[in-house]
Amino acid sequence: MIELRRVFTQVETIFHEFGPPPAKPQVKGAIAAVLTNPFAGRYVSDIAPWMEELKPLGLTLANRLVDAIGLGPQLIEGYGKGAIVGAAGELEHGALWHVPGGYAMREVLEAAGNPTNAIVPSCKKVGAPSAMLDVPVTHINASYVRSHFDTVEVVVPGAPARDEIVLLLVMTTGERIHARVGGLKKEDVLGKDGLR
Amino acid sequence: MKAEIRKLVVQVDETRREMGQVVDPPTRRAVAIAVIANPCAHRFVADLAVLMDIGEELGGYLGERCIAALGIRPGEAESYGKAAIVGEEGEIEHAAAILHPKLGAPLRLAVEKGAALVPSAKKMGTLGTAIDVPLGHKDAAFVRSHFDAIEARVSDAPRAGEIVVAVAVTDSGRPLPRVGGLMSNEIKGVDGLR
Repeated sequence: MIELRRVFTQVETIFHEFGPPPAKPQVKGAIAAVLTNPFAGRYVSDIAPWMEELKPLGLTLANRLVDAIGLGPQLIEGYGKGAIVGAAGELEHGALWHVPGGYAMREVLEAAGNPTNAIVPSCKKVGAPSAMLDVPVTHINASYVRSHFDTVEVVVPGAPARDEIVLLLVMTTGERIHARVGGLKKEDVLGKDGLR
Repeated sequence: MKAEIRKLVVQVDETRREMGQVVDPPTRRAVAIAVIANPCAHRFVADLAVLMDIGEELGGYLGERCIAALGIRPGEAESYGKAAIVGEEGEIEHAAAILHPKLGAPLRLAVEKGAALVPSAKKMGTLGTAIDVPLGHKDAAFVRSHFDAIEARVSDAPRAGEIVVAVAVTDSGRPLPRVGGLMSNEIKGVDGLR
């Protein structure tokens, strides 16, 4: 059962960070769904079927996030995902988001011709209301692109309550502002194995 | 622009269920937050006109971004609020200069009308400091269903020489209001109070 309590979106546009303003700002977006955790308060052995139920929500969130960023799916270059489980749930409940969350973003971006071979980086924890999650971000097609290693911090004020779970998706438009520590460049990506 | 904006954060918080009850239509609150350089930091500046002008600019800029994020027409906005967090090399009066003299008029243009005062909050802070932006009905301050707050917070701001400026706009009151008082369908909207 999917019982959606809140949808929280956040779009951050970074115009400069010391130094000269870059030619184009970096945009980092996050979307969080606050759901009732159907497994809260007890041990449930067979939780995996919930992944299938979460798939339509994943697609809805991925599309809404692309819309909130407002630049089109072709311009998305980084992604990440995460979950915060309320106190009456267990960490494993957050792991249910790996498949529906990750593949939803890939489906939306691939449909726009934007290849997504790289694994979607993630993090999860059990937390109190207003707990903060640093969602890791990497390049969508090659995990080793150094300019795209990044983080988006998300707080959903008041969530998760003890019987809730917060499911998060994050997308960004490109490299860190003034990225200059070398490594694999996005122009040099081979795009076969998801790593380089 | 007069304001030197390092970053802009826009958030929308949509509530669909509260305490097991369906909220239909969902309540939606937006907050637009600018992180700006504080031109009066590091020293005492007697005349704060430069900050007042920045406030005027940001009232419209941030108000319009809230309206866009909510996807509504300006006349559909129901409540608003404003707040500022001053980095440690500034003074609390800098927040007052941005918020109070000139920010309101262009914000009222952005939300259409706005007879009521714009409730506000201010504080000194550092990276990641949160501020609760108070919310009140935009045309009648006594509408009890619309007394609320939305939290504004930017993980890496304000730095010492920066100011975080937040403007919040909603298309609704609290999710399940039931403490009585003046209702939004009863207001006259003339004196800004009732």
